[in-house]
Amino acid sequence: MIALLLRDLRLSFRAGGGFGLGLAFFLLVAVLVPLGVGPEGGTLAKIAPGILWVGALLACLLSLDRIFALDFEDGSLDLLATAPLPLEGAVAVKAAAHWLVTGLPLTLASPVLGLLLFLPERGYLWLVVSLAIGTPALSIIGAFGAALTVGLKRGGLLLGLLVLPLYVPTLIFGAEVVKRGAAGMEIGTPLAMLAAITAGATALLPFAAAAALRINLR
Amino acid sequence: MELVVSDLAVERGGLVVLAGVSFRLAAGGALVLRGPNGVGKTTLLRTLAGLQPAVAGSVSVPPESLAYASHADGLKAVLTVTENLAFWAAVYGTGAGAVAGAMQRMNLAALAERRAANLSAGQKRRLGLARLLVTGRPIWVLDEPTVSLDAASVELFAWVLRAHLASGGAALIATHIDLGLPEAEVLELAPFRADGPALAVAGGFDDSFDGAFG
Repeated sequence: MIALLLRDLRLSFRAGGGFGLGLAFFLLVAVLVPLGVGPEGGTLAKIAPGILWVGALLACLLSLDRIFALDFEDGSLDLLATAPLPLEGAVAVKAAAHWLVTGLPLTLASPVLGLLLFLPERGYLWLVVSLAIGTPALSIIGAFGAALTVGLKRGGLLLGLLVLPLYVPTLIFGAEVVKRGAAGMEIGTPLAMLAAITAGATALLPFAAAAALRINLR
Repeated sequence: MELVVSDLAVERGGLVVLAGVSFRLAAGGALVLRGPNGVGKTTLLRTLAGLQPAVAGSVSVPPESLAYASHADGLKAVLTVTENLAFWAAVYGTGAGAVAGAMQRMNLAALAERRAANLSAGQKRRLGLARLLVTGRPIWVLDEPTVSLDAASVELFAWVLRAHLASGGAALIATHIDLGLPEAEVLELAPFRADGPALAVAGGFDDSFDGAFG
């Protein structure tokens, strides 16, 4: 399992691996929004939590189809499925690798982008916390969507359509945490909901994704 | 250690392509599957490898004993030869010694630090076959192992295969060319061809979905 994690990380850091793609997209969103909305601090501060979360979500979406499609094309998914590794474990590991190359850098870069969007001071901590707790759910839900569409040529659009509705609760609660945190309000409830989504998705979706993969590999 | 297939029926794309296939493969034995294109050699091998369920019949094989090699080699273009093999060695828990040995035997040692993207088709194939050695599994299930290999490499592969059989392994090979294995038995698949949907595919989609969880 660790070997698979290291391989996926190594692949994403090598040429054409797509590391930084999500991060660059996230940066672009955060830079372009102030240009589009105008430099008024008040407006930007109000929409900053939502923009940052939408940006993070779309950045995650961008690299989802790579989770299984590349392995499917070169035949290594067949070989992984026949290897002594449980397919559920392989799915969980690949989702973890996806999070490490997209979700984690997004989380770490988010305070800088919060600055660009005039995020109120009190919000920074909760922005990082909510992304750290919420983005793993994006990766694991995305892995499930990628498993469903793995055999399809140009399945990217379908993947987006499948996955976006599943992302909505994470987006709502994640942005709510930041909004409340920035306004100095109580954040307990949305934070707990966000953590619950991540925990539930991590516990259940690897099994669903592995089942979908088995059907798609036939 | 024995692979026993009895009365097996396999389907591709919802159509039963082969039915009533029975054979037995014991340690030290090699079985060559032959048949025209589309007869279902790959489908049969994928069923044996556990990638798809059988329509009917049974496959009995000791657990953790099959190593499957498909048409595609499953290589990562941006990883080196050593890295590609080391990954599979780690997955199968065989260690670095197996990697060095496999590279030696498939004549890849000189290419160890070369990235798979820069290998020729034949070299990629040799690397794909070296993966079999790395798995340490006794029963090899091979789908067209000699595609894009030159004569010398085919000979090398036959030699590796013979060493594998001599050490108590077994191999099931779908191939069109003569591997130079006089001891190998040949199973002609054409007589087992099932024309059209002679057998109803049990249960359809819902059952196969349930089966995926089982």
